[in-house]
Amino acid sequence: MSVDLAIVKRVARLARIAVTEEDANRMVGELNGILGFVEQLNEVDVTGVEPMTSVTPMQMRKRTDDVTDGDKAADVVANAPVTDNNFFLVPKVVE
Amino acid sequence: MTMTELTSLTIAEAREKLKAKEITSVELTESYLKAIDAANEALNAYVTVTPEKALEMAKASDARRASGTVGALEGIPLGIKDLFGTKDAHTQACSHILDGFKPKYESTVTQNLWDDGAVMLGKLNMDEFAMGSSNETSYYGPVINPWKAEGSNQQLVPGGSSGGSAAAVAAHLCAGATATDTGGSIRQPAAFTGTVGIKPTYGRCSRWGVVAFASSLDQAGPIARDVRDAAIMLKSMASVDAKDTTSVDLPVPDYEASLGQSVKGMKIGIPREYRLDGMPEEIEALWQKGIAWLKEAGAEIVDISLPHTKYALPAYYIVAPAEASSNLARYDGVRYGLRVDGKDIVDMYEKTRAAGFGQEVKRRIMIGTYVLSAGYYDAYYLQAQKVRTLIKRDFETVFDAGIDAILTPATPSSAFGIADENLSADPVAMYLNDIFTVTVNMAGLPGIAVPAGLDKKGLPLGLQLIGKPFEEETLFRTAHVIEQAAGKFTPTKWW
Repeated sequence: MSVDLAIVKRVARLARIAVTEEDANRMVGELNGILGFVEQLNEVDVTGVEPMTSVTPMQMRKRTDDVTDGDKAADVVANAPVTDNNFFLVPKVVE
Repeated sequence: MTMTELTSLTIAEAREKLKAKEITSVELTESYLKAIDAANEALNAYVTVTPEKALEMAKASDARRASGTVGALEGIPLGIKDLFGTKDAHTQACSHILDGFKPKYESTVTQNLWDDGAVMLGKLNMDEFAMGSSNETSYYGPVINPWKAEGSNQQLVPGGSSGGSAAAVAAHLCAGATATDTGGSIRQPAAFTGTVGIKPTYGRCSRWGVVAFASSLDQAGPIARDVRDAAIMLKSMASVDAKDTTSVDLPVPDYEASLGQSVKGMKIGIPREYRLDGMPEEIEALWQKGIAWLKEAGAEIVDISLPHTKYALPAYYIVAPAEASSNLARYDGVRYGLRVDGKDIVDMYEKTRAAGFGQEVKRRIMIGTYVLSAGYYDAYYLQAQKVRTLIKRDFETVFDAGIDAILTPATPSSAFGIADENLSADPVAMYLNDIFTVTVNMAGLPGIAVPAGLDKKGLPLGLQLIGKPFEEETLFRTAHVIEQAAGKFTPTKWW
């Protein structure tokens, strides 16, 4: 499988990365290089093989559903580019 | 002791001198700060130095020692890879998109180090989001390898992604460093700089507070000057952690105690698939030397087969970008880091991410987004995860047959030049650097890179040992035998 300019632009849109025409054109070649390299996986017979979900067989530890943290609104927004009263500010979403 | 004498001490040596009250942590820390000051312009290993914090921690350590409380790393100055969250200090994964980010929390691994008395010198350069094998994708520019080829002035890469960690350890700009390894990012730079690096078993170190790249592959580990120092550091870094459910609740052994134990009767596997076409003769010769040393020490050498080896790298370049595209979705200009304004919220996201991520990171997010997108998931991601099962099964088969550890070269070459034309033009050629290391991440196993010699150009080369899950002790023990036979390697100071 390979990608063309239209697919690259669509993927960039899905990934929320603005690309110029020049970027997109360059990426077609680069992504096809990588996709060509991974193509060899199709040679492998995976009949009856389960996909890996965890490298070490483990039971996920669970904890009781208690509140153990919180009251840190100022810390949570401390690194945000724009805030107001411990709220994150974003461009208007709903008219 | 002079400054150079102080910074030339290994962790184990400094520990003894601190214990004997011959030196203080403040003296040691001041020496490192001076060394960094003199070297960093040339090497670019640190992206930020935290002298006030370092001296404050060193003073507190000396005070603790005076009152009789001594941790395992008491007073030892360390460098921290920029991927680890360090409270109120620069933490940017060397990316532009995390501009100004200073977390309000401390990663579990670094907290463990501070709890054991260690001192933070600053944050170390790395490939952006740990994506790279040369440290050239950093927003802060490349790290320069302290090693140079004999009679050459060409600047070489230190490897990546933990290039700053490896260079700082090799150039004595810290006593030891934290690093992380997703496909080879501890072991390849260790091999390129004549240092020791271990990627422990997946789950041995908590990933909490470490900027995520590919969550099913990422593991923290140390880069150190020798096997003993790596053992000392890993003992402190490893822990079970309620904040990372993939961290493992197994006791952390005293790794240092395994040094000096015999390897007599141990079965060392030599995988035939790691003998690549066109592999430099020197790499093959180094491998043979390693085999001879272990044989000499009484180990039994067994030829083994890991038939799916060649598929590890292509499978990795599906799994890792897929996980990265998901993990890096959080960088949207809203909660932290860079924001570039746009005409609406989607435009803001797209412009922020276009400006904030570098080329290699964008490339991997794009690949990841593509292989996870509707219609392609089964063909790429599911197929890769099935191949991954087979890669792991290869290892299980040989371990079940009685193999204790596997010996391979660490890298297919010694360090290459900065801005190498062939590598910068071809992403896949750069990816091939991890050909010997990536299998270990895919199977979640521990792997250690240990220096084993110099090539014709006088540059360090490393061997890799791969072990069974949670048998890091076997790796330390065996790597120590190689170290004893090969000796240690330090670059000639030019900076």
